[in-house]
Amino acid sequence: MKGIHMGYKTIIGLEVHVELKTDSKMFCSCSADYFGQEPNSHTCPVCLGLPGALPVPNQKAIEWCVKIGLALNCDIPMFSKFDRKNYFYPDLPKGYQISQYDQPFCVNGHITLESGKKIGITRVHMEEDTAKLLHQFENQKSETKNQNYSLIDFNRSGVPLVEIVTEPDFETADEVKEYLQKLQQIVRYLDVSNADMEKGNMRLEPNISLHKITNRQPATGNRLPPYKVEVKNINSFAFVGKAIDYEIKRQAEILEQGETPLQETRGFVEKTSSTVSQRIKEEANDYRYFPEPDIPPVCWTETQILSLKSRMPELPDKKIKRFEKEYSLPKADSLTLTKDRETADYFEEAVSSGKNHNLTAKQVANYLINKKINITEILPAKLIGEIVKSSKTNDVNPEELKEIVRKILKDNPQVTADYKKGKGSVIQFIIGQVMYILRKKIDTEVLRKLILEELK
Amino acid sequence: MKLSHLSIKQAKKGLKEKQFSSVDLLNSCFEEIKKRNTNLNVFLTLSEKEATEQAKKADKLIANRQDLPLLGIPIALKDLFSTKGIRTTAASKVLDDYIPPYDATVVKKLKNAGAVIVGKANCDAWAHGSSGENSDFGPTKNPWNEAYIPGGSSSGSAVSVTAGMALAATGTDTGGSIRLPASFTNTVGIKPTYGRVSRYGIIAMASSLDSIGHFTKTVEDSASLLNVTAGKDELDATTPPVEVLDYAKDLNKGVKGLKIGIPKEYFIEGLDKKIKEEIEKAIKFYEKEGAQIIDISLPNTEYAIATYYIIQPAEVSSNLARYDGIRFGNARETFGDEAKRRIMLGTFTLSVGYYDAYYKKAMRVRTLIKQDFDNAFEKVDAIIAPVSPTMPWKLGEKVNDPLKMYLSDVFAAPINLAGIPGLSVPIGFIDGLPVGMQILGPHFSESLLFRIGQHYEINHNWHERNPYGL
Amino acid sequence: MKINVSHIAKLASLPLKENETKKYESQLSAILDYIEKLKEVKTENIEETSQTTGLENVTRNDVASPSLSQKDAMANAKSQTNGFFKVKAILEQ
Repeated sequence: MKGIHMGYKTIIGLEVHVELKTDSKMFCSCSADYFGQEPNSHTCPVCLGLPGALPVPNQKAIEWCVKIGLALNCDIPMFSKFDRKNYFYPDLPKGYQISQYDQPFCVNGHITLESGKKIGITRVHMEEDTAKLLHQFENQKSETKNQNYSLIDFNRSGVPLVEIVTEPDFETADEVKEYLQKLQQIVRYLDVSNADMEKGNMRLEPNISLHKITNRQPATGNRLPPYKVEVKNINSFAFVGKAIDYEIKRQAEILEQGETPLQETRGFVEKTSSTVSQRIKEEANDYRYFPEPDIPPVCWTETQILSLKSRMPELPDKKIKRFEKEYSLPKADSLTLTKDRETADYFEEAVSSGKNHNLTAKQVANYLINKKINITEILPAKLIGEIVKSSKTNDVNPEELKEIVRKILKDNPQVTADYKKGKGSVIQFIIGQVMYILRKKIDTEVLRKLILEELK
Repeated sequence: MKLSHLSIKQAKKGLKEKQFSSVDLLNSCFEEIKKRNTNLNVFLTLSEKEATEQAKKADKLIANRQDLPLLGIPIALKDLFSTKGIRTTAASKVLDDYIPPYDATVVKKLKNAGAVIVGKANCDAWAHGSSGENSDFGPTKNPWNEAYIPGGSSSGSAVSVTAGMALAATGTDTGGSIRLPASFTNTVGIKPTYGRVSRYGIIAMASSLDSIGHFTKTVEDSASLLNVTAGKDELDATTPPVEVLDYAKDLNKGVKGLKIGIPKEYFIEGLDKKIKEEIEKAIKFYEKEGAQIIDISLPNTEYAIATYYIIQPAEVSSNLARYDGIRFGNARETFGDEAKRRIMLGTFTLSVGYYDAYYKKAMRVRTLIKQDFDNAFEKVDAIIAPVSPTMPWKLGEKVNDPLKMYLSDVFAAPINLAGIPGLSVPIGFIDGLPVGMQILGPHFSESLLFRIGQHYEINHNWHERNPYGL
Repeated sequence: MKINVSHIAKLASLPLKENETKKYESQLSAILDYIEKLKEVKTENIEETSQTTGLENVTRNDVASPSLSQKDAMANAKSQTNGFFKVKAILEQ
């Protein structure tokens, strides 16, 4: 049974960091487009944490964070503020990260999985990214011992990050994967992040624990296990399942021996598909949060939130339903066509120009899906041309077709009479005759319409 | 009179009338510096070369009949103000060799106004202190009596002005760091409303309390300097878009009809009797001049220092976390005693299990202290109070008793907690050492404070005295 | 009030010498005892003041402008290599 490993219920909560693709950083005007740039070429006194520098928040980043919250069905409190999260690490230039503690921008949201299960979203808050650390291991010939260094590039320091924290509602790695795909789809729809896990635009930290199922104490209660293990370094979608499954197995084995797994942070190791303990100092969890004195609070009015809402694009769930209804598409097609906003928009544009050629939405969908069309290579109008061309009616001049039908009707006067008596099956007869004459497969929908015209 | 002892106003007149050049003025400052800096320990870094170039440039502009508010005026900067290409240490060994790649907003504004930057003035390291003795580069001496402290933390700035090494000097005031040394050195010190002057580029002590001001010889100079430095800065989110009025405009309107409040909590036991007498003389003067004197109460004053010594070290502990020796400066063990003390105090009060009892509580008492002032300013236009309960103390007297040192800010710190402006104006001498009073007003009432201060100054002229009779 | 100076020093990333720990213990205790004074003040239902300006919603537009050059950014670093800041290894491997 999924989610239960040898008599244990798995409890997973998720923290996802999404890096926003604003032009400038969160608190300074350095370019946020740091990927692949020369090290330390995108810094200033603010994101380098130089003495005296002060942060000024990026309006667009704040709005985008709230948009993400709105897309995840969150409440947006009218009052919010930034806080300082204090800890020491070489990738954190100020010795504190500007984040949000007790009054984040968004709270109480959810994402609904295909099964109908709701994953609660505790909060969505705004913070700044840290610098990038590179670990280097040099073999110094002249010395016997290895000298190891870490290199720091502050280009990423201060890039806006949105953190999305869920309730411990997941029971399987598959649920986590589905949630992540949905989340990725939503932020891409909002066009606020590339959400590329491999590039680090989207980072995920599951915390995992197991709960023993006993007869006396069903695992349905609110009681959480007395520990949880946070897993870091999951840098690809491909590793999400591997990391979680490994961790479930590891913890179950410990519990089987009557012991409690250690509350700790573990790192996923690609090579071995396992997790290893990351030693964190005991002090590391006392972040000494306090309100950021350098940034005035952020307050919203009802009107501002409404205006933000009105500027939201149609989101995947809604679009899927609309496609099913408006275009009479099966769910599978709707899902495929809405997987990203570009495909969905492309489809709608194609359907719209297809109308002029008597193409149905389903015809366009079929062509788009079955032929695996690369939408970046062909414009929708041109695609319609292709569809029209490929449907065989195009090989036959409509006038020629009309003449053939007229001839059949003339040669078989009984057909028209039968039709008028209400015998609809005659149409199929005519279609067969046309095909026989042309010796070709043609679009029967178009032909049917034509026949009906002539029968009138 | 020696050129370097002129006020900005007098110097500007002399420059304009070609009585002397900006280079002459600068040379006069450097003469004093060379004569006395080794002994008084006023400057940590001198920028003589750059200053001379700036002065020459100013002279050219003056020759072309151009004018700027501070054209050719030699000014000293507290060594907390970042100066592009010039060493900036915060008087701490941690930043012994730090050279900022940028100018603080105020430094930019001063340069654009034509000021000549003489050098970087000594202070308590990171602005932690009331005496100037916490400098990692040794204490600054009070030129009025070299056995005594000049007050801190902006010790070097205050002394540079009173000793004629600069015509004005910038400072920062987090809990009295401008008003205290102004009072101890016979200079005028303005602590503007929080947010009135940009903090961008000025090494932070406690971000919600730091106020950026300056020292001058006269009230009028103080007003005209604030005209240059005040205003909203896009780089400091805590600077309100309140219009900058001409602070010198109302200077000579007198005090007739003004309601001046005297808070009883500032005249308690522990206030030096002689200081009390001098303040009372000043109050009598204002009464005689037509001001209405009203007794008021600021009931939460006695909790100000406790509140201040929770909020301030907490912010200090966070603000000093960036000094890790990686991108600039030296490693954290280089911090001096007082910085370590405050970092630990702040780290403790913010830590798990203590936040509510200390920090949260302090933020609430801060509200009460602020409300005290709000209530008072419904009844009075301004408040007059002593700056410090004691006269300057002897060098070394309080170094081993940090709490005693902290208590010297008892009348100064409440003003920072409330974010209101305060002006320290000289009111005389006691046993050869200067003493000042502070004039307080509601947020953005600097014009009024200057007007009240000016009326006292032009009727007493203490500012004409300097320690060398020059 | 007693304070665990070595724990706090670790939290604050401050390496202390042994004699310092002792000294700070007594000095900080004295200050904390004084601060206890605040307990006298009734603060139920009192708002917290963390800023005095009354400002809200101060933001900047999302416009990128030039950064410091790599040379300027690195100019004060004691240890660097190939445009990176360099520190002793952080992860044990």
